[in-house]
Amino acid sequence: MPDRRTIEIRVKRQDGPDRAPYWQSFAIAWRPQHNVLSALMEIRTNPMTTDGERVSAPAWDASCLEEVCGSCAMVVNGRVRMGCTALVDRLDQPIVLEPLTKFPVVRDLVVDRSRMFEALKNLRAWIPLDGTYDLGPGPRLSPEVQQFRYALDRCITCGCCLEVCPQIHRDDPPGTGFVGAAAIAQALLMNLHPTGQLNADERLDALMGPGGVASCGNAQNCVEACPKDIPLTHAIGEIGRQTTIKWIKDIFVR
Amino acid sequence: MARPRFIVVGGGLAGLMTTIRIAEAGFPVDLFSLVPVKRSHSVCAQGGINAAVNWKGEGDSPWRHFDDTIYGGDFLANQAPVKAMCEAGPAIIFLLDRMGVPFNRTPEGLLDFRRFGGTLFHRTAFAGATTGQQLVYALDEQVRRHEAAGLVRKFEKWELCSAVIDEAGHCRGITALDLTRMEVHAFPAAAVMLATGGPGMVFGKSTNSVVNTGSAAGAVYQQGAYYANGEFIQVHPTAIPGPDKLRLISESIRGEGGRVWVPRDGRPWYFLEDWYPAYGNLVPRDIATRAIFKVVFEMGLGIGGEPMVYLDVSHLDPVVLERKVGGVLEIYEKFVGDDPRKVPMKIFPGMHYSMGGLWVDAGQKTNVPGLFAAGEVDYQFHGANRLGANSLLSCLYSGQIAGPAMVAHATGQATAPADGIFEQEARRQQRAYDRIIAMDGPESAYLLAREMGEWMTANVTVIRDNRKLADTEQKLVELKDRWGRIGIADRGRWLNHDVSFVKQLWNMLELARVITVGALRRDESRGAHYKPEFPNRDDARWLKTTKARWTSDGPELSYEPVDVSLIPPRPRKYDVTDAAESHA
Repeated sequence: MPDRRTIEIRVKRQDGPDRAPYWQSFAIAWRPQHNVLSALMEIRTNPMTTDGERVSAPAWDASCLEEVCGSCAMVVNGRVRMGCTALVDRLDQPIVLEPLTKFPVVRDLVVDRSRMFEALKNLRAWIPLDGTYDLGPGPRLSPEVQQFRYALDRCITCGCCLEVCPQIHRDDPPGTGFVGAAAIAQALLMNLHPTGQLNADERLDALMGPGGVASCGNAQNCVEACPKDIPLTHAIGEIGRQTTIKWIKDIFVR
Repeated sequence: MARPRFIVVGGGLAGLMTTIRIAEAGFPVDLFSLVPVKRSHSVCAQGGINAAVNWKGEGDSPWRHFDDTIYGGDFLANQAPVKAMCEAGPAIIFLLDRMGVPFNRTPEGLLDFRRFGGTLFHRTAFAGATTGQQLVYALDEQVRRHEAAGLVRKFEKWELCSAVIDEAGHCRGITALDLTRMEVHAFPAAAVMLATGGPGMVFGKSTNSVVNTGSAAGAVYQQGAYYANGEFIQVHPTAIPGPDKLRLISESIRGEGGRVWVPRDGRPWYFLEDWYPAYGNLVPRDIATRAIFKVVFEMGLGIGGEPMVYLDVSHLDPVVLERKVGGVLEIYEKFVGDDPRKVPMKIFPGMHYSMGGLWVDAGQKTNVPGLFAAGEVDYQFHGANRLGANSLLSCLYSGQIAGPAMVAHATGQATAPADGIFEQEARRQQRAYDRIIAMDGPESAYLLAREMGEWMTANVTVIRDNRKLADTEQKLVELKDRWGRIGIADRGRWLNHDVSFVKQLWNMLELARVITVGALRRDESRGAHYKPEFPNRDDARWLKTTKARWTSDGPELSYEPVDVSLIPPRPRKYDVTDAAESHA
């Protein structure tokens, strides 16, 4: 049972990318409905460690506070999750907060996840529109395909799936490491759209190279860690199948 | 002049749409955003986007959409831009559909539409109940395509400091703070778009994201941009109260059959259905919010005596709920812990949206030449009360017309800006941050912000009273004074949130004054602005747009007439079916 009078939080801090990490503990008064981010906000109003030292407040990323922007992924009590939905009353204390380990630390709990956005660029994860002028309605789509695409389109690019993936390493040189489950699912999202399908091969080509879908080690941690229940392993399997078919087709075409 | 570059500040729907339109015309864009654009606040929009395609065969039309919007906004919006927006609605939905937005479908594979507040038609296209998220992603993908082609440069985790304004009063670019390196840089542009969203944080707790401070609007307001109708603040009837924010429970819940009730004499009393038989639970937000206030505070019927009422979907088919509003129910489940499919949700109204914003003309131009505004930060489309699912439309429509308007502005520009204005403004802004970083007083910026939010929520939201508004204005002056005695805990020059927040807080206080003084001055009740002392709409005196101009002594208000050339104002009464339904 958590202590109902105070909330104790230990934060792994790091002043900058090349600085050594260190730990600090903070305590705030308990109140109902606290989550990890609201607790950090409370610390910020008077940042003082439990040793009575006045310090700068820990830095973290946050925006929507309702698990739709994807900002606040962090490691809470050893498990990667979104800080906003980590409700204090359901956590053991002291609550231990650490930055994601598979991304470069910028400061404290803030990490640089730009590799995820770069991956989307490399995969050409978009529908190549002729233009934004009025060209009438889009293609018809069955409710079943729409529902599956919707599930894939709820990816908030938080990085939880990369954090738990054994194939992802913090020091992967840019553009060479495994692309990760999130991006593969986005390729499928595009390939399932009748217009997006016209360029499916480009996305599959990108995923057939180094760091592509074949680099998946099938640990299946990603689907467990995803806060939005995205069918990631299904997506990896399906893209794997599509790349295999394309590989065979390419042999005959050549 | 070399090929013009453009600046867009804000990576939500309006900013992304503006960016796409400029890039599509072949011009380069520098896109600035506090967060990676995919994380912008537009992702929080839930229920859907309105467009009168009449795919349910109900006799809907853009004109009816226009009429609902004007009537819902209590006739305060200028009518021509609203009409143009409603007419553009269907093509915008089709464009989104072509971009791959996974809108819900009918069995025939067509777009599905649902009902929303303030209309009797099924007019709202939706992607589950996370429509804003899907829309942002679709536009984000298009912007990434232009980025890959070299037309768009993103400056993510950068914050606007100021517009760069030349001697003639023309906007020539911006200064912005790199929130990681804490350095100010100046960026020239042929035209600047401000698509920086609403000011929810001025109210402390709201349904908004923490990035929605309104700081950018506050900054350019202090540089001479007019802020219009600031006093019109929408309080959404259904949100989950929380210590850190008020989490929205979408109007689509009621669109899909959710019912609002309180226990009375041991039985559920569906007071909205009782009072408003035609619209029932789907009356506009200002009406529903005031009804909940009446039930809770005047009649003392809140659940267990607390300020809460029930929003109930437990009678609806859980499979349909999952497909149409699953994303919203998930938020309730994750933050409250109860399953709304089984137990009624407990909700209360929460500050949600600003109808007011930067004054713009029909081409989204502010009064500062070269400075444009679109999305929630402009005041254009929603009058005194916004209808649900019209905000996504107004963001996209305003961005869509602003992009080409900015390009047109650039081609008319003959002279290059004077040398040195960029360096000068960057130095001025850097000095402002240097002063903040040295602040050494006893006050906490975060506690001052909390105090401001509590005052604004108590006195400048649902029910307004002139004496309390005057007290609030005094309080804001006091808070501005105490701002000067803030102490900074963090003096580092690397990702220092305290420093940027202190600057934001000043801008928030400036906007809070605009909102408060505008409300104080407007002695009538119209849409979301309700004064029991003046319970009626007063068209003779107040069918006017409030325009606030910054002065060092506080906002100077002036008023301009509203364009009512297309639909003559009529009384707004949702307890009877509106007369216009038959004459439109």
